[in-house]
Amino acid sequence: MNDCPEPLLRVEDLSVHFPVQGGVFSRSRRLLRAVNNVSLSLNKGECLSVVGESGCGKSTLALSIVGLQAPTSGAIYFEGKPITGTVQPSRMGRAQMAQIVFQDPYASLNPRQTVFTSLAAPLRLHGIEAGEVEGRVEEMMRLVGLKPDQAKRFPHEFSGGQRQRIGIARALVLNPRVVVLDEPVSALDVSIRAQIINLLLELKERLELSYIMISHDLSVVEHMSDRVAVMYFGQIVETGPWNSIFDNPTHPYTRRLIGAIPDPFAELAGTSLVDEASAPPPPAGFDFYPKEFGKHDVYSLPPPSQLVAIDVDHHVRLVPAH
Amino acid sequence: MSEALLDVKDLRIDIVAGGTSHNAVENVSFAIGRGETFGLVGESGCGKSITALAMIGLLKPPLITSGGSIRFKGQNLLELSAREMRKLRGNRIAMIFQEPMTALNPLSPVGRQIAEMFVLHQGATWHEAEKKAVEALASVQVPAPDQRVKNYPHQMSGGMRQRVMIAIALACNPDLLIADEPTTALDVTVQAEILKLMQELCDARGTAVLMISHDLGVIAKMCRRVGIMYAGHMAEERPVSDVFRTPAHPYTKGLLSSLPRLGSRGSHGRKRLQEIEGVVPSIADFPAGCRFEPRCDRASAICVKQKPVEVDLGNDGFVRCFHHE
Repeated sequence: MNDCPEPLLRVEDLSVHFPVQGGVFSRSRRLLRAVNNVSLSLNKGECLSVVGESGCGKSTLALSIVGLQAPTSGAIYFEGKPITGTVQPSRMGRAQMAQIVFQDPYASLNPRQTVFTSLAAPLRLHGIEAGEVEGRVEEMMRLVGLKPDQAKRFPHEFSGGQRQRIGIARALVLNPRVVVLDEPVSALDVSIRAQIINLLLELKERLELSYIMISHDLSVVEHMSDRVAVMYFGQIVETGPWNSIFDNPTHPYTRRLIGAIPDPFAELAGTSLVDEASAPPPPAGFDFYPKEFGKHDVYSLPPPSQLVAIDVDHHVRLVPAH
Repeated sequence: MSEALLDVKDLRIDIVAGGTSHNAVENVSFAIGRGETFGLVGESGCGKSITALAMIGLLKPPLITSGGSIRFKGQNLLELSAREMRKLRGNRIAMIFQEPMTALNPLSPVGRQIAEMFVLHQGATWHEAEKKAVEALASVQVPAPDQRVKNYPHQMSGGMRQRVMIAIALACNPDLLIADEPTTALDVTVQAEILKLMQELCDARGTAVLMISHDLGVIAKMCRRVGIMYAGHMAEERPVSDVFRTPAHPYTKGLLSSLPRLGSRGSHGRKRLQEIEGVVPSIADFPAGCRFEPRCDRASAICVKQKPVEVDLGNDGFVRCFHHE
């Protein structure tokens, strides 16, 4: 999927299936196919966004990458070495590869611990000496734009934006290489979002981080991403560089998603972000997959389909036409 | 505008608890004409939702309305008895909430919850009402409505549940529909469908809409006029197109330029987003003068001391700022 010799992180044919009980009295078990054969690669210094609606499997994918959800099949490689399956590194080792920033910083910080305790815990677990811990926590607080002495406080004493800064500090305290951002600004007040978006982009440059961002807010995705993958019911339906996805959305689902955004300036101008009349046809001999939306069965295996390149690094999911 | 359908004047809401009182909403005035769509925008805690609750008489202590008036068809709603308010609520003024799962009764089939409206407000028998419920469900484009009326809320998707809420709200053909973040809990493609449905139904029936949202895109799509609230004050109130083209209040201006805009990232690279410094003040320590003053780059001595008054901008709009554009 990528020309580079070895990306920083590579997800190969990843599937995550959950067994689900049929009903209260039923013994039958079905498999809910949350993620189906997803392949992705993340290059160093890149921000890759995974977009899609609720239930498309984007958060399950994120949890697999940080090691909080074991894949059913497939593998994830970090700098070419597998980090899933029987050969996976220890939890401690994984913690230094990838970390996650959650959507709601209030729910993800321990309300009964001071910020200092929360930030120091991973350092202590990783055997950093007590003398160094304090300095490192201080450094992290400054890095995310807070005052070091604020670390003595508890999460409820901070505003939403400040709490998200703490969430970011917590994710970065072990110096991970990859940071998964799961809806990093959607729980924040609108006037605070720009602060956090700017902070994330600054940190990415300064610390040479690579991001995988999970989001449904396409204007934030356009601003932050280098590449975008669009997911629908557990599969990637379109992927490509950010400008290909936004200037030349090709898969009907991507077009539908972009077209559904109520953009204030487009609304006032009376224009639409995507023009339905000029929808590009599928390449000769192929049909887009899926063609219809809304009636998808998460329990059955989707029919075979493939991601086909239509431009440099720009792929869409297709099935052979009948 | 001839006589407005709804006329809110100098509304003041306080939080009174344990002997202390904090002001939550102050000097909020706006009017909505018949069939008009008006948007109320603001961040969490700015007072937009409690303003709406005051309108349907659902404010509960410690929140109290301590000043101003809310005139609906000439009648001050703040002076009505609970009984009179009950007759109006759901009948002439209806409301849609953000989360349909918590607003609907989980133990009752949705058809019965719609039918209840006809029984309570139009004196229909349950038998007639349940027939009308099927029609109401069909009008919000729920497929197979005669089957769906038997469904409980948990058997429906989020989008379908919000359609049921709309069916309940519009059952008695209200004059005013208050929609408090009606699509925030929904996916974007479902949001687009629900907004379109609301627009079509309200247009066809001539229902006025008060739309509350933090999403400027939703407001631009749905509303003709908009009020921007900040920390319990109305910062500016104007036709939607004026606000987006020439924002007058520094807060509105900051908000619009802080949002990443689709299509604004050119091929030459991204621009740093403009930030509004600082945080939204908490209700216990609202500034004495202009409430945006601590975050405002145009603030001067007068902003600290005095509350700005309404400045008429023409074209049916005003701004509350000493240093507006």
